[in-house]
Amino acid sequence: MNNVPKNLKYSKTHEWIRQDEESLTIGITDHAQCMLGDLVYVELPEPETNWEAGQECAVVESVKAAADIYCPVPGEVVEINEALLENPQLINEDPYGKGWLFRIRPFDGEIPSLLNAEQYTKQVASEAH
Amino acid sequence: MPFIPHTKQDIDAMLATIGVNDIQTLFDEIPKNLRTANLNDIPLGMTEMELARHLRDRAALDAGMLCFMGAGAYEHHIPAAVWDIVSRGEFMTAYTPYQAEASQGTLQLLYEYQTMMASLMALDVSNASLYDGASALAEAILMSVRSNRKHKASRILIPRTVHPHYRQVAKAIVGQQDIEIIEVPYCQKTGRTLLTDLEKLIGSGVTALVIPQPNFFGVLENVDELTNWAKQQNALSIGVVNPLAMALLKPPGQWGEKGADIACGEGQPLGVPLASGGPYYGFLCCKQDYVRQLPGRIVGRTVDMEGKQGFVLTLQAREQHIRRAKATSNICTNQGLLVTASTIYMSLMGPQGLRRIATQCHENLRLLEEKLLAIPGVKKIFNAPTFHECVLQLPEPVDPILTTLAKHKIQAGFSLRKAYPELGECLVICATETKTTDDMDKLVVNLRQALNQPAHAVMENHS
Amino acid sequence: MTQLIFEYSQPGRLATAQVPTPTKKLDIPNEFLRQDKPLLPEVSELEVIRHYTRLSRRNFSIDTQFYPLGSCTMKYNPRGVHRLASLEGFLQHHPLSLDMNSQGFMACAYELQEILKTVTGMRGVSLTPMAGAQGEFAGVAMIRAYHRARNDHARTEILVPDAAHGTNPASAVQCGYKVKEIPTLLDGNVDIDALRSAVGPHTAGIMLTNPSTLGVFEQKIQEMAAIIHQAGGLLYYDGANLNAILGKVKPGDMGFDVMHINLHKTFATPHGGGGPGGGPVAVSERLVPYLPIPTVTKTTTGYRWLTEEDCPQTIGRLSAFMGNAGIILRAYAYARLLGREGLHRVAEFATLNANYLLARLKAAGFTPAYPTRRASHEFIVTLKTEAKEFSITALDVAKRLLDFDFHAPTMYFPLLVPECLLIEPTETESKQVLDAFADTLIAILQEAKTNPEILKNAPHKLPVRRLDEVKAARELDLVYQGQAA
Repeated sequence: MNNVPKNLKYSKTHEWIRQDEESLTIGITDHAQCMLGDLVYVELPEPETNWEAGQECAVVESVKAAADIYCPVPGEVVEINEALLENPQLINEDPYGKGWLFRIRPFDGEIPSLLNAEQYTKQVASEAH
Repeated sequence: MPFIPHTKQDIDAMLATIGVNDIQTLFDEIPKNLRTANLNDIPLGMTEMELARHLRDRAALDAGMLCFMGAGAYEHHIPAAVWDIVSRGEFMTAYTPYQAEASQGTLQLLYEYQTMMASLMALDVSNASLYDGASALAEAILMSVRSNRKHKASRILIPRTVHPHYRQVAKAIVGQQDIEIIEVPYCQKTGRTLLTDLEKLIGSGVTALVIPQPNFFGVLENVDELTNWAKQQNALSIGVVNPLAMALLKPPGQWGEKGADIACGEGQPLGVPLASGGPYYGFLCCKQDYVRQLPGRIVGRTVDMEGKQGFVLTLQAREQHIRRAKATSNICTNQGLLVTASTIYMSLMGPQGLRRIATQCHENLRLLEEKLLAIPGVKKIFNAPTFHECVLQLPEPVDPILTTLAKHKIQAGFSLRKAYPELGECLVICATETKTTDDMDKLVVNLRQALNQPAHAVMENHS
Repeated sequence: MTQLIFEYSQPGRLATAQVPTPTKKLDIPNEFLRQDKPLLPEVSELEVIRHYTRLSRRNFSIDTQFYPLGSCTMKYNPRGVHRLASLEGFLQHHPLSLDMNSQGFMACAYELQEILKTVTGMRGVSLTPMAGAQGEFAGVAMIRAYHRARNDHARTEILVPDAAHGTNPASAVQCGYKVKEIPTLLDGNVDIDALRSAVGPHTAGIMLTNPSTLGVFEQKIQEMAAIIHQAGGLLYYDGANLNAILGKVKPGDMGFDVMHINLHKTFATPHGGGGPGGGPVAVSERLVPYLPIPTVTKTTTGYRWLTEEDCPQTIGRLSAFMGNAGIILRAYAYARLLGREGLHRVAEFATLNANYLLARLKAAGFTPAYPTRRASHEFIVTLKTEAKEFSITALDVAKRLLDFDFHAPTMYFPLLVPECLLIEPTETESKQVLDAFADTLIAILQEAKTNPEILKNAPHKLPVRRLDEVKAARELDLVYQGQAA
C-alpha cells in the first residue's frame, strides 16, 4: 500500500534521495511517515553545515516516537524546508513533495551505495512481521 | 496474611484452573539452586497496632525541637486543608497519568501547577516537577549544555554561595559527562558573588552561570548585573531560587535586561513539611525557546473528540520511555504528590498571601537578628540585605554550642564550619512566620547561657 | 465542564485564616522587590477545597480501581503506613538535625537498609536515590567508578536487552557510556549467543531485569553472569520486577553486582499521581566503597550518618538531604507489617494471581506472547490477530476497559511485542476481582467482533472522551494565559 516512487533512490534507514541539478533533496518515505504517525515537530540541520554519511542530522517527532534522520551522503546542507517548522504534517500529507526535509550538495568522491525502489520495497517487506 | 485476601477455597480453585498442584510448582522455571531465599534475619510481622506503638516511640525521639534552622529546608505553617485533600486516595494512590482520560484530576492539577510556577518565576513554561531542588539544578545544567552548543567545551560557573549540597549533587550527576564545573569565590564582606571574580573565570567560554537568590547565606545577590554579564558571555543564566521568596523578590524572568533563561530550585517551602528530609520536589522553568529541552513530564491542554477541554502528558517523545538512549534525561517519576500539596497551598494563599508570608519571614528574621546581636560577642558578618536567613559569628566554637542547645531541644541554626571553614565560628540562622517573640526570647536566653560556659565543658557527639 | 482554579479568582480574595499580617515597613531595597503580581488564584478556602476535591474524583486510583499495570506493581498502599509515617515527630523533623536528635528516623532507615540487604542478598545499601531512574544512574555510576579505580579506561559500553525499560539506556548515556542492544529470542530469553559475541574488554557491564520486561524468567541468568564476569564486566539488576521473586530468589545469588529497588512498587509506597518514588541501591562487597552518601551506620553510642569524609570513594550525593525520607519510613513500616513470613508470600501470591489470570484468558481464546512459558508476576497477551481481524488496536481495548472501571494494563512497552497488554495483577487482589477483569476483557473482545466502533471511540463514560494528543504536541498550551482551549 505504501508509495515507493521509481525515480528516487533510498537509504536503508527510510530516507529518499532525489538528484536535482546542483544538489540532492532528502526526505523520509511514505512507509516511515506511516509508522511514525502524525508528526508534531521537526528539527532540521543548520544551513552551511557539513555532514558525513550515516551521521544523525535531523529529528522528526510524532506523539509516540522521535526518529533520527541519517544523512545519506557526505556533503553540505544548502537549503532546509522552513515550512515544516510551522507545519510538520506536510511530511504526512506529501512525503515526497511538500514534505521534503533539506537539500545537500554532495562532496566529490565516492557516493555510498543507495537502494533503488525495488530494493527498498523488498527491505520494507522483510522488516514487517 | 496482611493484605493478601485469598482464602483456601480461592487458592484451590485457582490452582485447579491453572492445572498445578501447589503454588511452588509455578516457580519451576527458575533453576532450583536459585530458589533459596532465606529471610531469617528479618523479624516476624507485626499488627498495625503493634507497629503503631513501635513507631510512636521512635517518632518521639525526634520530636519537640524549636527550629531556627533553614539551609535548604524550611518550616512553614501548612493549612490542614492541604494534606487532607492530598491524602485522599484518589490523589495519593493514583498512577502516572499515562491514560489521560482516567487521570483528568491529576493532569488538570499539574497544568494549574505549571501555570502558577511559571508565573511565579516570570518565565514561559514549567515542567511537572523533578525529584528535588539539587537534582533540578543538575538537570538545569544538562539542559543548558544541550541548548547552548556555541561553546566547544562545556564550562559551568557555580558560585560558592550556592548551597554546598547542591554543588555536590551537581558534580555527582553532571560529572559523569564531559562537563566542567567551576566554583566562583564570594566576597567576604558582603557574602555576594562579584563580577570581578567572574571575569577571572571566563577561560575558553562560559556555557552557563548559576545565580542563587537568596543565596545559602540568606544574602540577596545582585541578580541584574550577574544576569547581564552572563548574556554578554553568550552564556545561559540559571536562577536557583526559593519559590516563596519570589512572591516578594524580583523573579528570574525579570532579572537583568533580558531575564534569566532557566529557573530551578526546591519547592518544599510551598506546603511540604520538613518530614526528615523528603520527599520534596524540584521545579524547573524556562523561556519558550528551550521548551523542547525541558526534561521530565509536561502537561498540555487540548480537546477531546467532542471539543471538550482536557489535559494530557505531552512532548513525551523526548522522554526515556520513547527516546531511550537519546532522551533528554533518564527521569521517569515526577514528585506528583508534593506538587499536589504545593498547588493547593498556592491556591489558598494566592499572590497576596504568599507575599505576606514572605514579608513576615523577613520581619521575623530582622527581629531575631536584633535580639541576638544584643548578646555580647555575637556578630553579623555580611553587610548586604537578606531574605529570611543570615550568617552570625559566635565568640565561642559553634559546634559545641549547637550541641548544648540541641540537648535543650533548640536548633539554633546550621554550622558553617565544614562547608565554609574560612568563615570561622559561624552559623546560618533562619526565622519563618512560625516563630513568635517568645520562641526568639527562649533562644536568646539559652544561647546566652551556653556562651557563658567554657567551650571544652560541652564537647560530646557533635556532627 | 470543570473550570481551572484561575477562573474562580476574584481580585483580593485569599484564605485569610492562613496568612499572617506583617506590621513593619519592608526594609529590603526596592531594586530587589517584585513589582507585579504573579498569576496565582485569588479564591477562598472553601473554593479551594471544592475545586480540588472535585478534581480528585476525576482520577482512577488503587483506592478506587483495579490497576493491572505491568511492571508497576500497583498493590494496596496500606493506610496505616501513611498514618504512621506522618507522625509529628517524623513530619516536623529537620533533615539537618544533629544525629542525637534524629535517632528515631535513623533507626528506621538503618533497619530498612538491613532488611533490603537480606531481601536482595547484597552487602551494602544506600537509601538516597529518589526513584528507580536515579537508582539506575547511581548503579551505573558505581560501575564506572569501579573500573576507573582499577585504571581500566577501555570499558566504554553498557549492554542492554532490546526489551529493556527506557530508563536503562537513558541512565547509561547519562553516565557517559555508549549503549549496545542485545536481541531477545522468540521464547522471551535474551539471545545468549549474541551476548557472547557482544562482550569484550570494552564492556563495562550489562543492565538486566529478571523476570524480564516480557514477564518471563531469564533461565540462563547464571550463564549470562559468568560470561559478563569473565569479560571483566559487572551486572546491574533493574529491580522493577522484584515483586515476582521477593522472598524466593535473591538477585545477589543470581550473580548481580548492583541493583536498585523500586520502593513505590515492591514496598507499596503510594504512587501519588506520578511520584514520589524511592530507588535505593544495593551492592556486592566490591562496590560498597562507591555507594552514594549519606548512609546510616550503627555504633555503640547510637546511629550515625556516614558522609564524604567516611566514604572517600563515594560517587557522591544525589539529593540535597538524604533522599525521600517519608518514603523510606513507609517502606520500613510495610516491611515490619509483613515481616519475614509476609515477605515470603508476596512473590507466591503475585505469581499465583498472574498465572490464574493468564489461564483464564488463554481458555477464553486470548494469545499469550510466550505461550510455553509460565507467567512470573506478570504476563503479556498480544492482540495482533484480533487487531488485524477486527481493525482495532490494543489501545482501543485499553480505552474501553476504562468504561468498565478498570485501569488499562501497560501498553507502551515492551516495544518488541506488537499490540500487547502487559498485565500484572499483584498479590493484593482477590480471585473475584481477577474474574471480573477476565470477564470484562472477554466481553470487550466480543464487542470488537460485533461493534468495533464502540472500542475505537472509547472511553464513553469518563469526564472526557478520547483526547487529541497530536494537537497537544503541535499547538503547545502548557500554561494558562486567560484563554480557552
